[in-house]
Amino acid sequence: MSVYFPQKWLPYGLLLPQLLVTAVFFLWPAGQAVEQAFYQEDAFGLSRDFVGLDNFIALFQSAEYFAALGTTLVFSVSVAGLGLVLALLLAVMADRVLRAAMVYQTLLIWPYAVAPALAGVLWWVLFDPSIGPLALALQTLGVDWNHYLNGDQAMLLVVIAATWKQISYNFLFFLAGLQAIPRSLIEAAAIDGAGPAKRFFDIVLPLLSPTTFFLLVVNVVYAFFDTFAVIDATTQGGPGQSTTTMVYKVYKDGFVGLDLGSSAAQSVVLMVVVGLMTIIQFRYIERKVQY
Amino acid sequence: MIEHRPGLTFVSHLILWLGIVVVALPVWVALVASTHPANAFAAGAVPLWFGDQALANWQQVLLGKDGDMSQLLRMTLNSLVMALGITFGKIAISLLSAYAIVFFRFPFRGAAFWMIFFTLMLPVEVRIVPTYQVVANLDLLNSYTGLTLPLIASATATFLFRQCFMSIPSELVEAARIDGAGPLRFFCDILLPMSRTQIAALFVILFIYGWNQYLWPLIVTTDDAYYTLVMSIKRLLSVDNGEIEWNQVMVTTLLAMLPPVLVVISMQKLFVKGLVDAEK
Repeated sequence: MSVYFPQKWLPYGLLLPQLLVTAVFFLWPAGQAVEQAFYQEDAFGLSRDFVGLDNFIALFQSAEYFAALGTTLVFSVSVAGLGLVLALLLAVMADRVLRAAMVYQTLLIWPYAVAPALAGVLWWVLFDPSIGPLALALQTLGVDWNHYLNGDQAMLLVVIAATWKQISYNFLFFLAGLQAIPRSLIEAAAIDGAGPAKRFFDIVLPLLSPTTFFLLVVNVVYAFFDTFAVIDATTQGGPGQSTTTMVYKVYKDGFVGLDLGSSAAQSVVLMVVVGLMTIIQFRYIERKVQY
Repeated sequence: MIEHRPGLTFVSHLILWLGIVVVALPVWVALVASTHPANAFAAGAVPLWFGDQALANWQQVLLGKDGDMSQLLRMTLNSLVMALGITFGKIAISLLSAYAIVFFRFPFRGAAFWMIFFTLMLPVEVRIVPTYQVVANLDLLNSYTGLTLPLIASATATFLFRQCFMSIPSELVEAARIDGAGPLRFFCDILLPMSRTQIAALFVILFIYGWNQYLWPLIVTTDDAYYTLVMSIKRLLSVDNGEIEWNQVMVTTLLAMLPPVLVVISMQKLFVKGLVDAEK
């Protein structure tokens, strides 16, 4: 673009609404989070003392925070891994039956539209130890399913609910990626005698790696932040701490525990994490543009 | 088709149908559960076939306990106001700011761009407590403004429109200027019509995003006049004493997911385009 409009003040007017909203609802709260992270406030908000880095030090010395970090990692890796593998499987199958692919796409993508909170509730009911059909089926198989008491099972439940919602998204991008692979490559491999499995692992999977990497980043971001509602509508971080992720802990410590200093320090840590993720995402996208 | 392998094709269809069944299972069970009386669950599992209480349960949720639709209607209306407010708000401010960034040169243009970029790094969940305090300070709790405004700023939409505007040939701008069109006229008569599809695609994605908001409405509303459908599920589930009324929970869940699911299915092409565009 080399032709511009000459007006001097108009662009500021056009930018004003977005900059105003950004300043008031993004920069101001972010600034407050950073400030609060250095203070210790009493639970009634009446007084506060400057404590320097104490909130951060306390955070990194607390076993609970590292437990939440571990939970977040287990949760994110499970959701991203499970979601990618299942979606890839379905997309490869749909790509095989090209003519029917659109029908399958319609039948598979709608969970994207279901609110995470509602996805959580739906699976919560399926696995409820006293009324859930799946829980009762597991019990007849000898598995004592009770996510109210068993932390690992509660984790499995939120992973399933979060993955269920994300498969449709991954499926769409994998299917588009698969359909962009030149048929001639696959045909050449087939003529050379490579079977479907060999073609998949030696040709399709490497060519799909940009899509896979992109989806990996998106899925990890999703598992970090967008699954708050899944957890809050179902396990609420419990039993004990077993499903308390880092994002859920910010909310729990801030709103339920009223430990504002610690909650703010956690916010700051998370902002740094998101910043790093965003940079990774953008560097990758820049590379894609050049490619 | 590269080669003819009927066995493998059969397996493909089988796996896809298996996937569809697993994906649909929770909704099926919810649908079935919504047709049984509340006490059916006390005895044991959710039955796998429909009961005879469909009409009664749906009526009870739709019409409320007093027989008037006020509560459900109000929550639906609130959800709609919030979803549309976020959608239109985001599209409007992003169109304007993308227009300023692409078609004008002015001091601090880069700074403005980076300030918008910054919002990408701060999902509301991360800074929930201070954002709540800001909104409380501005006296916006329990209001439509408080529900929508903080969620309106979005770098994604601005980047999308920026991308779309940058692909517009500069001859077009030149021609418009020679013909005497000012910047506002160019925006309304040329830019907006040219970005129709992008706007429509983004509309679908943002509507789903707005409708499905959960944490934000949960903390900024304490007055049930402002409850939205999706967040109301939490109030139905957190009954302190007594049994959760699963049949009602299921009816509400189904009602709350219906509008965005219908939007995705009926506007599938736009939806897919919106998803792909938004990630560029």
